[in-house]
Amino acid sequence: MMALNLDTLFFSTLLGLVFITVFGLAARRATSGVPGKLQNFVEVIVEFIDTSVKESFHGPREFVAPLALTIFVWTFLWNLMDLVPVDLLPIMGTWFGLEYLRVVPAADMSATFALSLSVFFLILVYSVKGKGWGGFAKEMLFHPFGSFPLLVPANVLLNIVELLAKPLSLSLRLFGNLYAGELIFILIALLPWWAQWVPGLGWAIYHILVITLQAFIFMTLTVVYLSLAYEEH
Amino acid sequence: MGVNLTLVGQLITFTLFVLFTMKFVWPPLTAAMNERTKRIADGLAAAEKGQEAQADAEKQVEAAMLAARTEAADLVAQAQKRSNDMVVEAKDTAVAEGERMLEAARAQIEQESNAARDKLRGEVAALALAGAEKILAREIDAASHEQMLNELAGQL
Repeated sequence: MMALNLDTLFFSTLLGLVFITVFGLAARRATSGVPGKLQNFVEVIVEFIDTSVKESFHGPREFVAPLALTIFVWTFLWNLMDLVPVDLLPIMGTWFGLEYLRVVPAADMSATFALSLSVFFLILVYSVKGKGWGGFAKEMLFHPFGSFPLLVPANVLLNIVELLAKPLSLSLRLFGNLYAGELIFILIALLPWWAQWVPGLGWAIYHILVITLQAFIFMTLTVVYLSLAYEEH
Repeated sequence: MGVNLTLVGQLITFTLFVLFTMKFVWPPLTAAMNERTKRIADGLAAAEKGQEAQADAEKQVEAAMLAARTEAADLVAQAQKRSNDMVVEAKDTAVAEGERMLEAARAQIEQESNAARDKLRGEVAALALAGAEKILAREIDAASHEQMLNELAGQL
């Protein structure tokens, strides 16, 4: 159980570097005049993220918006690996003596949980930041049933469940979608080679939607959770 | 797992997928991007044009201000000249009027002195007549000597 999923670490780091390099390059070359192709592309994404963050998070955005951008693009790139032919990279892996290779980091529960636990940690930070230690404690103890002493245990229990459900649902949703997607690709790969393109093409096209949507959902929910944590009820 | 027909099938699928993306996914995305670029370029151009227009308007305003200022200065100068003229004119009129009045006064004085002289003459004549009357102590026919007396008075 203490094994390191080197393949997931490798691909997620690589994709993270891709993200940082592309966006960093665009940022460094940015002009205030008419944007070039790369700058335009990056601007579209940044603007899109910034607007959706603005809609759901009303506190200061200088940390939350970059976080949302990172989550969206990184998760999207994780998911994008799903569209690479399922056996291509694993077969290349065998040339280097790798028996087993998972190319989609999002189909690894370790990766999705790592991401959602970071979000969970940030939810706690933002709860304290927004409401103060006292406010946070009060909400944990007296919400939602009220401050009657007998109800406090029920409140705490409910709040803990609610708090834990957030990272759990975040990571399981992403993992489930991408793992299932990958599984279907593998199943399609079991068909005779001449029959693969019909379901394969359909599933791949459908997945353009799925991977974008899943990245967007992960990002939006993160922002919404942070907003709920930050704001007074 | 080695290279087998499954991989060939997947590569066919992948090729088709790439073609699909090229045909149906990429064009709208690039179109949207190009439109965005165009919008930004247009916006920047419009802003520049607006700035130019503003500069033009400012220049025009400056020119108009200058013209107005010059005109105002002209008007002031004209008014000053006119007022100077009027002062000069008034002075001239006053001098002329003074001279005229002086002349009239002189004429009156002359006239009055003439009248006084005439009256004096008459009185001298009467006095002379009375003197002569007293000297002669007899009645003189005033009527017969009037012509002589008048002659005498005329010599005064």
